[in-house]
Amino acid sequence: MNKNRNFDFIIIGGGVIGCILARTLSRYTARILLIEKESDIGSGTSAANTAIVHPGYDAVPGSLKAKLNVAANPMWDDLAGELQFAFSRRGDYVVAVGSDELARLDELLERGKLNGVPGMHIVSAEEMRSREPNINPAVSGAIWATSGGICDPFGVTVAAAENAIMNGVAILRETVFEDFLWSGKQIIGVKTNRGDFTGRWVINAAGLFSDAVMHKAGIHPEFSITPRKGEYFVLDRTEFSVNNVLFPVPSEISKGILVTTTVHGNTILGPNAQNIDDKENKENTQSGMDEVFEGARKLVPNIHSRHIIAIFAGLRAGGNAACLTPGSDYKHDFLIEIPGEVQGFVNLGGIESPGLTAAPAIATYVVALLKDVGEDLHERKDWNPIRPARPQFRHLTHAERDALIKKDERYGRVVCRCENVTEGEIVAEIHSPLPALTYDAIKRRTWLGTGRCQGGFDMPRVTEILARELGVSPLEISKKNGASKFLCRPTKEEGDVE
Amino acid sequence: MKIKKCDVAVIGSGPGGLAAAIAAKQHGAKNVLLIERDREPGGILLQCIHNGFGVEIFKKDLPGPAYAQHFIHEAQSVGVEFLLDTMVLEITREKRIFASNKSEGMLEIQAKAVILAMGCRERTRAQVRLPGARPAGVYTAGTAQRWVNVEGFMPGKKIVILGSGDIGMIMARRLTFEGAKVERVLEIMPYLSGLMRNYVQCLQDFGIPLQMQHTVKRILGNERVEAIETVAVDDHWQEVRGSEEIIPCDTLLLSVGLIPENELSRQVGIHLDPLTAGPFVDNYFQTESEGFFAAGNVVHVYDLVDWVTGAGLRAGESAALYARDCLPMNKKIAVQRGENVHHVIPHYLDMGSLNQREEQLQMRVTKPLEQPVKVQVMNGTEVIASKALPYARPGEMVTISLKDKHIEPLKNAEQLVVQVVKRED
Repeated sequence: MNKNRNFDFIIIGGGVIGCILARTLSRYTARILLIEKESDIGSGTSAANTAIVHPGYDAVPGSLKAKLNVAANPMWDDLAGELQFAFSRRGDYVVAVGSDELARLDELLERGKLNGVPGMHIVSAEEMRSREPNINPAVSGAIWATSGGICDPFGVTVAAAENAIMNGVAILRETVFEDFLWSGKQIIGVKTNRGDFTGRWVINAAGLFSDAVMHKAGIHPEFSITPRKGEYFVLDRTEFSVNNVLFPVPSEISKGILVTTTVHGNTILGPNAQNIDDKENKENTQSGMDEVFEGARKLVPNIHSRHIIAIFAGLRAGGNAACLTPGSDYKHDFLIEIPGEVQGFVNLGGIESPGLTAAPAIATYVVALLKDVGEDLHERKDWNPIRPARPQFRHLTHAERDALIKKDERYGRVVCRCENVTEGEIVAEIHSPLPALTYDAIKRRTWLGTGRCQGGFDMPRVTEILARELGVSPLEISKKNGASKFLCRPTKEEGDVE
Repeated sequence: MKIKKCDVAVIGSGPGGLAAAIAAKQHGAKNVLLIERDREPGGILLQCIHNGFGVEIFKKDLPGPAYAQHFIHEAQSVGVEFLLDTMVLEITREKRIFASNKSEGMLEIQAKAVILAMGCRERTRAQVRLPGARPAGVYTAGTAQRWVNVEGFMPGKKIVILGSGDIGMIMARRLTFEGAKVERVLEIMPYLSGLMRNYVQCLQDFGIPLQMQHTVKRILGNERVEAIETVAVDDHWQEVRGSEEIIPCDTLLLSVGLIPENELSRQVGIHLDPLTAGPFVDNYFQTESEGFFAAGNVVHVYDLVDWVTGAGLRAGESAALYARDCLPMNKKIAVQRGENVHHVIPHYLDMGSLNQREEQLQMRVTKPLEQPVKVQVMNGTEVIASKALPYARPGEMVTISLKDKHIEPLKNAEQLVVQVVKRED
């Protein structure tokens, strides 16, 4: 795979957009390469977000965001069925507190109608209190949108990547885009830290870094990504949980701080929204955490700080692309185009929320753009859309567990006691189509280390298993990449103090 | 699925579980099953290679594994059945225990009495909501202890420790022995959270600075910890502006408290006390769910292992009597916390056993009382029992025993209040 350096499509960026696009393109006869600069796919925005499949009522009418959100929403059932990741279409709520907010629900309902969102209903305060007993008693009403869903955003990303690999796509991690290869005005490939790769098409799916990539292509100097940080709390599901996806009434810039259930059963709180400069800054801040906590308690007042078991922050790739619909003054739309100024380039930028939701429609939109410019795409007869999920011990019945252990005894040894993740699952991920080579890669795939003890118990054990399976010393095992090793030297050696 | 039956099932083979299993066997339980998720019995004692264990029980200063080994031998010799490398996944109210292991697959264990001895877990970074990036190099003190003492690897070279808990102070010394530089220990409270002897033997003797009323303001470094920004706090836990300091280091260890591990208890529906995060228990260490007993740190966090063993012995005896249908259960008297007391164990005294033996009440005080104090057990305004102490500190458990002479006045009591007050004399 690494020997081949000539492709039809080279995708820059292994987030949910790049991976679903790779999987979508893999149904056509084409040689496809996806490059990802981090040690694993889905390491950026795709790993740290609110995990919502939006109905599409908050996107600005007429925008590409609105169009692709609403088009993508119904695609998720098939996508989840084929790729076998966690997805639940449980509807979502926009909850108004007080009379001022109640009036705003009508605006949202109207916006939903304009965008063509089905299944939106007004729910009375009383009904809302019975559907979500933990809701602020001062609730004045809510919108219930039945098409809302929740998913495992990293799960969909890795599943799409694995399915792409099954269908012949090459994925190279720790492969950093440096520049384009040119033939006149034609982009003919990319330079990377692992050498050059040629491609008839290069696709920019670089997320937070999509501005830098398109600037290298010499287009859209005015376009820039402003990272917008959001902080989150994860609650211990054995201590406290809500049953629903609860949005506050949105502000102009953000959908606000949610209290929402997840496919893992934990309730999460967040995000706030803070524009920053540094695209690597995923720090939690005191003020950010305070803001999230207070915001969440507006919807669900009886959340207590002792329920919190994890904190994290993610960055949204906020762009400044103008909406192309005539008459619109919206300035933060998705940018998805085959630009005229250069050849051989598909350009995606500003794919922020609802980017996760829109991902499957973005992929088909790109296919349509390619067909429009005359790209000859032939469907393969042997394309396999099914990516079989691997067993997850905690979701099995006792009888299924027994049968699994009898087949492979490693499933009998629980390594993560909070989430009941077994050695068998860890080993399966280390030897999967897109091998999990770091602690975080295993954590994101198995959900190990996400519980009450936050890896305190499993970390030394996972380190030992990784070292054994990869045939290296535990000293080589890292949290997320070579610079984040857990251990520094064996004991009983000369010390570090002068 | 394989089914096993036993009189008493003990979950966890740390000091509490080992003692409970031994006592259950000694008090007539026929089959006693000790279930341990690790490959060897002993629990966290196995990674506690420092000394300080057994001073109360053996009048000897033993390292953790030696202390554990004494009880492992005894458990083996009295005929406790060990089920190792076995994870309990579910317990039902009917005392059916579902567990998994490599060799037998899923097991169903049907017990007449269950002893919960799961110990405790460490509070994490998220629970103290430390701001900053999320690099490698932030570990709980216990995780670092496992790495150093069991796996034989060093987690870092330049280390800052947050929290003056016992494990943190012990790891400060241990890492120093192994050649690392422990820059300092930070404690947000104005007093020590661990034992004074650990401060003297682990920090003072090695010249490791302890900064009271200081905490971590920010963790720096995206991949690996690069530095810690510290800040002083005032008496109201507010940051003191201008007191910030950047300490270059590669590791932050957290020793910020322990929480009884009661997820299985919660599954059964056993009532937990929010003050201890452990079950409500009576002097038998029976929880509010009949036939479910709890031993050791799963009830409340102890400072000395000897006390854990003592609690385990009592829970094991009680469970055996319960399994044999001869645990005397009678009227219960509530034991409430009074002045300066954070919590008292047990929550109830069962009158059924009160004539037979001394009953120990165990408590933690809410704040340091650095002057002569007395512990008092009150029935209304009547002092039932009193004990003088030179001082009382939150890091050190306080006890008082009710003996024969205290029992008669208890007969008509509804509730007792335990307080720790200053001595005027």
